[in-house]
Amino acid sequence: MAVRPATEKRSRASAPTSATRKTGKISNPAINYQVAEFDKDDELKAYHDMLLIRRFEEKAGQLYGMGLIGGFCHLYIGQEAVVVGIQKALREGEDQVTTSYRDHGHMLACGMDPKGVMAELTGRQGGYSRGKGGSMHMFSREKQFFGGHGIVGAQVPIGAGLAFADKYRGTDNVSVVYFGDGAANQGQVYETFNMAQLWKLPVIFVIENNRYAMGTSVSRSSAQTDFAKRGESFNIPGEQVDGMDVRAVKAAADRAVEWARAGNGPYILEMQTYRYRGHSMSDPAKYRTKDEVQKMRDERDPIEQVRKRLVEKGWASEDDLKEIDKNVRAVVTEAADFASADAEPDPSELWTDILR
Amino acid sequence: MAIDILMPALSPTMEEGTLTKWLKKVGDDVKSGDVLAEIETDKATMEIEAVDEGKLLEILVAEGTEGVKVNAVIARVGEEGETAAAKPAAAQAAPAEKPQPAAPASSTVPAAPVVKVEADPDLPAGTQYESKTVREALREAMAEEMRRDGDVFLMGEEVAEYQGAYKISQGLLDEFGAKRVIDTPITEHGFAGIGVGAAFAGLKPIVEFMTFNFAMQAIDQIINSAAKTLYMSGGQMGCPIVFRGPNGAAARVGAQHSQDYAAWYGMIPGLKVVMPYTAADAKGLLKAAIRDPNPVIFLENEVLYGHHFDVPKLDDYVLPIGKARIHKAGKDVTIVSFGMGMSYAIKAAEELAGLGIDAELIDLRTIRPMDIETVVNSVKKTGRCVTVEEGWPQGSVGSEIAYQIQANAFDYLDAPVGRITGKDVPMPYAANLEKLALPTVGDVIEAVRAVTYR
Repeated sequence: MAVRPATEKRSRASAPTSATRKTGKISNPAINYQVAEFDKDDELKAYHDMLLIRRFEEKAGQLYGMGLIGGFCHLYIGQEAVVVGIQKALREGEDQVTTSYRDHGHMLACGMDPKGVMAELTGRQGGYSRGKGGSMHMFSREKQFFGGHGIVGAQVPIGAGLAFADKYRGTDNVSVVYFGDGAANQGQVYETFNMAQLWKLPVIFVIENNRYAMGTSVSRSSAQTDFAKRGESFNIPGEQVDGMDVRAVKAAADRAVEWARAGNGPYILEMQTYRYRGHSMSDPAKYRTKDEVQKMRDERDPIEQVRKRLVEKGWASEDDLKEIDKNVRAVVTEAADFASADAEPDPSELWTDILR
Repeated sequence: MAIDILMPALSPTMEEGTLTKWLKKVGDDVKSGDVLAEIETDKATMEIEAVDEGKLLEILVAEGTEGVKVNAVIARVGEEGETAAAKPAAAQAAPAEKPQPAAPASSTVPAAPVVKVEADPDLPAGTQYESKTVREALREAMAEEMRRDGDVFLMGEEVAEYQGAYKISQGLLDEFGAKRVIDTPITEHGFAGIGVGAAFAGLKPIVEFMTFNFAMQAIDQIINSAAKTLYMSGGQMGCPIVFRGPNGAAARVGAQHSQDYAAWYGMIPGLKVVMPYTAADAKGLLKAAIRDPNPVIFLENEVLYGHHFDVPKLDDYVLPIGKARIHKAGKDVTIVSFGMGMSYAIKAAEELAGLGIDAELIDLRTIRPMDIETVVNSVKKTGRCVTVEEGWPQGSVGSEIAYQIQANAFDYLDAPVGRITGKDVPMPYAANLEKLALPTVGDVIEAVRAVTYR
């Protein structure tokens, strides 16, 4: 299950060739592997956006260690290319996003304010949910981010429901649902696949295969480890993507979005990615070797890949990159300071927002 | 600027730990992501990674030290040449204690707000009534609301082409088309979740469960997603959805198909739970449920679908959710029930009248929010109360009513509150056993005689 290098040809994608009920014929989506063309601005933006997530998560880990963040805290470090690449293919403020509890990166990629996200992590009144949701439960209607869901797999039908609303209203918006290789074994996922294809809902299922469902590896939990094939019996096209290369993610997302936006129904993208940290802050990650993690960090790091290209192409000097890092750190520090100093919610908030 | 490295909390409950090993030594370069040390918590041995970059200037807690408190300074990282002593307090210096939020929150629990529910609307003088079944009333409610609001749609098993498993949705497909009357596959968990997502997006789904027994497959989406998201989002997200269908025992369908969920859903903050008895209430309350911006559980009863009641002939008959209805005034005892339970209570009241006992009969209509005020006011008058429902006894709706009465009308009580429920057994199939498992009119009469000492 190695994450394959970006140059490898992709041929395993399982776009359906059999007939579907409605159209009688389904055209084969573009499945040949390719990376999206990134110009200097694209590379610099991807670098910045991924670095923001990484530094934000590192800071969140630090604040957790200081006891400022409580409960569960699931970090996204290592998986940054997935959300940043997908988001580049979406129309911000129109296309909807839902994900699981490992959601900080998704919120930042959707353009949510780091201060509001961090303040929610610390349970303060300035948090996106006014301190009442926490790390796993945050939303932004303005940015079309529909959570942050704490129950493994529950976001999948919800994301399809958002797509149902798009179709019902006759818009050409799409809905992106992120879930992990662990959630991919939940029953409601397949109930949703069935209805999404039956009703041709404009939904893109992004399976973030980071190889471990908490502590259980994909091979120990999944009879079919090729997650791009999980939609085959519903005739949902799917492809495996190098989720460590933001350009490959973007290219795949473009195909999926085009497919769904054109009214062809759902699309599955299996993102082969990797989380460097444990499942949550209290997970020592003894189920894998240190070498495995180190190898991934050294050879496949999504941010390092962009950094290298920027330098090689002469699009950024080391000083330029340091400047970006400095700016990102400043944003994160500001968020952390805000989240540490902001007041806890007023006790009266206990009773608000239960009913409308 | 030197940066203090603190003993981290590595689980939701950790207060101290053992610093088992340093993996960097003084003078080493440290960069973000490097493992600095190993910490043993109550759960596991964890690595702590550096977040900042620089040189390890100083180690303040030797490896092997036990009982190191969370947030104690264990090391310092900084620029080369910088000494720890020179800059004791840095930008991220560890405070001696956990940083406190700006305004310390009060630990006093604020009082729950009291929400006043309006009374039933006065009917215009000369309002005509017509006899309708509960089935017809429910169908009219849905049709009227679908005509009124294009965002309302119906989804569920067999609701469209089959015309409804219990014919509640008969004719709706013809009038509103397949876009708004949607047959689903038999996948309650999935379509409940899709309904919730559509409601998050602002549509107003009516999700029909063929029976509420099958909604157990969907209960996670109902409670964790529909009921809690408004709160968890600090008020940003709403979920205007109705989950409806037959609830409770039908007849001879056995344990898995005969269960009353009033008390289950009645416990959940973020839900409204309605359980009507008459056709007029079914119509007025379903229309209110569809218009309500909150998730509403609408519990119907298969046995009642065919019962006839008088329904006001009005263009737009809407009733308030959360208001009980005094079905019959009386002075000797208060009988509180809802849904199918009312049929036992009404017959019992008729027979009790023959015994000279004048019962006041309250139909709760809504389980949540519960109109306990109406019940308490009645008990203050009668001094006695019996509750009637088909559900199980432990944690029943009747148990909650009994608690509320003793809390709010203790001094008015002349007898302990009587509680009639289904028996504490799975529903048996055999006709005789099924009869024994359900409440009877006789049970109610007996309970009333006990609390009235007659």
